[in-house]
Amino acid sequence: MAEDLRYTKEHEWVRIEGDLAIVGITDYAAHQLGDIVFVELPEIGRVLTQFAAVGVIESVKAVSDLFAPISGEVVETNAELGARPELVNGDPFGQGWMLRIRIVDKSQLDGLLDQAAYQDLTREG
Amino acid sequence: MAQAHVPPIATPLADRHQALGARMVEFAGWLMPVQYAGILEEHRAVRTRAGLFDLSHMGELYVDGADAAKALGYALVTDPASLKVGRAHYSMICFPEGGVLDDLIVYRLAEERFMVVANASNAAAVSDALVERFAGFRVVLDDRSLATALVAIQGPASLQVLTPLTDVAIADLHYYAIAEGSVAGVPALVARTGYTGEDGFEVFVDVAAAGRVWDALMEAGRSAEVVPIGLGARDTLRLEAGMPLYGNELGPDTTPYEAGLGRVVKLGKEGDFVGRAALERALADGPRKKLVGLAVRGRGIARHGYELFAGGCRTGAITSGTLSPTLGEPIAMGYAAPSEAEPGTILEVGIRDQRVPAEVVVLPFYRRAT
Repeated sequence: MAEDLRYTKEHEWVRIEGDLAIVGITDYAAHQLGDIVFVELPEIGRVLTQFAAVGVIESVKAVSDLFAPISGEVVETNAELGARPELVNGDPFGQGWMLRIRIVDKSQLDGLLDQAAYQDLTREG
Repeated sequence: MAQAHVPPIATPLADRHQALGARMVEFAGWLMPVQYAGILEEHRAVRTRAGLFDLSHMGELYVDGADAAKALGYALVTDPASLKVGRAHYSMICFPEGGVLDDLIVYRLAEERFMVVANASNAAAVSDALVERFAGFRVVLDDRSLATALVAIQGPASLQVLTPLTDVAIADLHYYAIAEGSVAGVPALVARTGYTGEDGFEVFVDVAAAGRVWDALMEAGRSAEVVPIGLGARDTLRLEAGMPLYGNELGPDTTPYEAGLGRVVKLGKEGDFVGRAALERALADGPRKKLVGLAVRGRGIARHGYELFAGGCRTGAITSGTLSPTLGEPIAMGYAAPSEAEPGTILEVGIRDQRVPAEVVVLPFYRRAT
């Protein structure tokens, strides 16, 4: 878990690189889901609304929504995950990234959790 | 149903699971390991090497007495009187209306002694139903579910791993046979049965000895890379093998005929049995629905409860689905109208907002090379 990230209560992480936000799910979420076998991501160009369900993550055992941690246009999705969804389990903060979003409103980041708050959340259960 | 939460029962191997880093879940009133290393890895271990299962939640019901065979013949749809001592068969207990109360394995331990193994979720109901159905027979029912631990080893390396630990001649033990002996120095019943589609053994021991047997199997399996297997992989293994799960493929609203298990029902056996009239009628009338295997031709997993369509109309629902770890393709089982159940028929599964094509295929999805 890296310190420059922000988190949602739904276990997505977001890293800011200039005007872009890189999005994935946390190691906690990946571990809870177990072996991930399909990732359905939104199309490039789609405009996402913060906290809306925008994709689906299927593990052998369960299906789970992916929520947009921040509003903006999808500029890239991780094409690798089509063939290798297990990257999300193996490297959730790196090769398992999911979306690149062009940020509309950086102040939305204030509504997200910092690392300490996210750690508290996952510790509680 | 508003019921006070009853704390789950811990298996005698709970400390082992914790030490192995298992994720525990509540299942049928028990606290059970759902996965250790991960479902896919565990699944592949059983298909290629062997895996160890704690199945202590299963119900073990002993039936003793001069009328034991006759009483079970009245209570169940099979004919336990036809079993030789040391042999077992797959059976079902049905409601008078013909629906399935549980699926079972019946082992004949002696001329007048049987062991009935029931699903954990139904063990109490099966026990109650047997007591009721045994009225008037010279027979005693002993529910030893809580006193009995069940450790299974399943997979191609099972024979090699278990052999040095037991005095039972397991190489000569037939499929669906059982023998009494010792495992790791502990009195045990060893059966060549399982729920994975692989060769393997189920070892029944007293709960006090469960840890010793588990540790000995883990140790003996070290060089063969035997790993512990949770309920998650148990489910994907049985699904690939086309084996039904009570609560998914089987239930009170389903007859054995609809589940494709008509061969289990012995209408030709002597005497009446609970459900006979209803099952004879069901056979004559033909099934209202049929269990099908489905190869899902798209992305996404068809899960329990998802709807099945034929030509745009609802024809049934999915009962179990997963991504087959062996085939690398999504597979499922479900019920469809009998007219839509022929292999080769293309149905559609409603997966979220999409209709995904699914071809009816012959079960099982996986059969081991023999």
